[in-house]
Amino acid sequence: MGQVVVETTNLTKTYGSFTAVSELNLCIEEGEIYGFLGPNGAGKTTTILMLLGLTEPTSGTAAVCGYDPVRAPLQVKRLVGYLPENVGFYEDLTARQNLEYIAELNNLPREETRKKIDNLLAVVGLPKAADQRVGEFSHGMKQRLGIADMLVKDPKLVFLDEPTSGIDPKGIAEILDLIVKLAKRKVTVIFCSHQLAQVQRICSRVGIMAKGKLVAEGALAHLGGETGKGGRYRIEVQVTKASHDLVAKIKENKDVVEVKSVSADSLIVVCKSDLRSQIAKVVVDSGSSLVGMKVEEASLEKIYKKCLKEG
Amino acid sequence: MYAVFRKELADHFNSMRFTILFIMSFLAGIFAIYIATQNIRSAVTPSTEFIFLKIFTISGGTLPSFLYFMSLFIPIIGIALGFDAINSERTSGNLSRLLAQPIYRDAVINGKFLAGLAVLAIMIISVIGIVTGLGLYIIGVSPLAEEVVRLMAFALVSMVYGAFWMALSISFSVFFNRAATAVLAAIALWIFFFFFMPMIAGSIANAQIPIDQNSSTALVANHYDLMGMIARISPRILYEESVSALLMPELGSLNPALMMISMLSAGRMSTPLPLVQSLLLIWPQVVSIIALAAICFAISYLRFMRQEIRSI
Repeated sequence: MGQVVVETTNLTKTYGSFTAVSELNLCIEEGEIYGFLGPNGAGKTTTILMLLGLTEPTSGTAAVCGYDPVRAPLQVKRLVGYLPENVGFYEDLTARQNLEYIAELNNLPREETRKKIDNLLAVVGLPKAADQRVGEFSHGMKQRLGIADMLVKDPKLVFLDEPTSGIDPKGIAEILDLIVKLAKRKVTVIFCSHQLAQVQRICSRVGIMAKGKLVAEGALAHLGGETGKGGRYRIEVQVTKASHDLVAKIKENKDVVEVKSVSADSLIVVCKSDLRSQIAKVVVDSGSSLVGMKVEEASLEKIYKKCLKEG
Repeated sequence: MYAVFRKELADHFNSMRFTILFIMSFLAGIFAIYIATQNIRSAVTPSTEFIFLKIFTISGGTLPSFLYFMSLFIPIIGIALGFDAINSERTSGNLSRLLAQPIYRDAVINGKFLAGLAVLAIMIISVIGIVTGLGLYIIGVSPLAEEVVRLMAFALVSMVYGAFWMALSISFSVFFNRAATAVLAAIALWIFFFFFMPMIAGSIANAQIPIDQNSSTALVANHYDLMGMIARISPRILYEESVSALLMPELGSLNPALMMISMLSAGRMSTPLPLVQSLLLIWPQVVSIIALAAICFAISYLRFMRQEIRSI
């Protein structure tokens, strides 16, 4: 078990009669990539702002890297990087000047900064645009610059609010790789996104918020088990002949939840574990022959939809 | 805060806005010198002690004096330096990024205010410098030591006046999310103070203490007294009164009633006030402008400190 980086206890924020975040309890450990999901207006950004000390919680407490964001906002901000949704830069300054300003606000030594900025711009794929005015940047380029901007201070924890919006597919892959690399370097990542496929790809744990409350939280494998009628795996089996006999035999396995025959030559098996080898054996034993098999893990999308319905 | 100050200052110097304002005030200086050279002969009498200061106060018939230019332009400069201070950061998406850095929130607004103040100081000093330099060259009168001190005081009061307008427009930039709304609101207030306030003061005085040609001197004095007091709500009047006293020491008083009386009892040769007396005379006006600036800045400061980063 790693060190706890973010911990909140009954964190609540209300605006008048509207409750943006209600009694949130989070616990995120060092080096985790935590997917923070939820529909628009669920309270994700408000939570992040409270964790950064930019908004005061109405009640409850938070601890970020061991500091209380309300009492010691500067210590928290020194260790935490934040990429806001719709990040903006000074359009009249170049990419490098924008980053230099942030470095200056963080009191970083100047010589080190120069090298670091060159490095970061190369990492996010903007080495050629370093001395171009940000006003000429496309949305995706600004987003990339935002990631470099967040990393200038060598954060221990980063909040990413929709980091991949407006970025081309190749860029998305690069950024997701970068996030995984960060996590390997013990940087904790909190990843807010509506791109569930991306979340599923990199996040070790997800939390789903709806109407200010955390409706589900846990590792992906876990969540699938909880929600998808107990069946996490969906295996499509193509055989030469799908007899009733075969269906009955597959059903004998206790991990199988449901078997549906789609057509004369294909079945869909919903099961709790990956039963591909067992199914193959049953199929061959029954005298039919196996043409193909495709396994699909319970997708985050399904879990997400289900959680929101329940919430 | 120093980092914010430095960046904002650099931004100002590189901006088109600064260039335009600078050209504008430069032209005002040239124009003032032109008026002065045209009219200085008729304005100076053998008894005039402070000839050099005349350059700044002479108005040639319909043409306004340098003082008038200053009281007109300084608000515009102040408004231009402050109207988008906070709201542009917000709408461009810079604010949340900036405040996620380890700086206190007030460093942003303080740094911006100080950078604006520095720009204002540079502009005012350079304009007065241009007029002084050209005055030396063209008119060929060198200023006395006291005149130099009076000019410095003039520059200082002008900065305070500019600081008030800047603080006002910064507070509008905190309250209004759109820069266009903020600048319109500031200009509306400027027009009100500049053009309407004297009219309002006049009509209230007329209604309260009507005077005609046959009115007694006391009644006339009361009338002008009331008008002066109401007009002083406008920072423009406070500024004009204080710089007039600084640059026209022979004025002797800021009280419009007393000024009327001395004008009525023509022939009484007024001797110029000594410097210390002039400073004492303008002290209430200057303190009022400082207080107005401080109040405006305090309002914007408090509002900015309490504002939600993201308004939902």
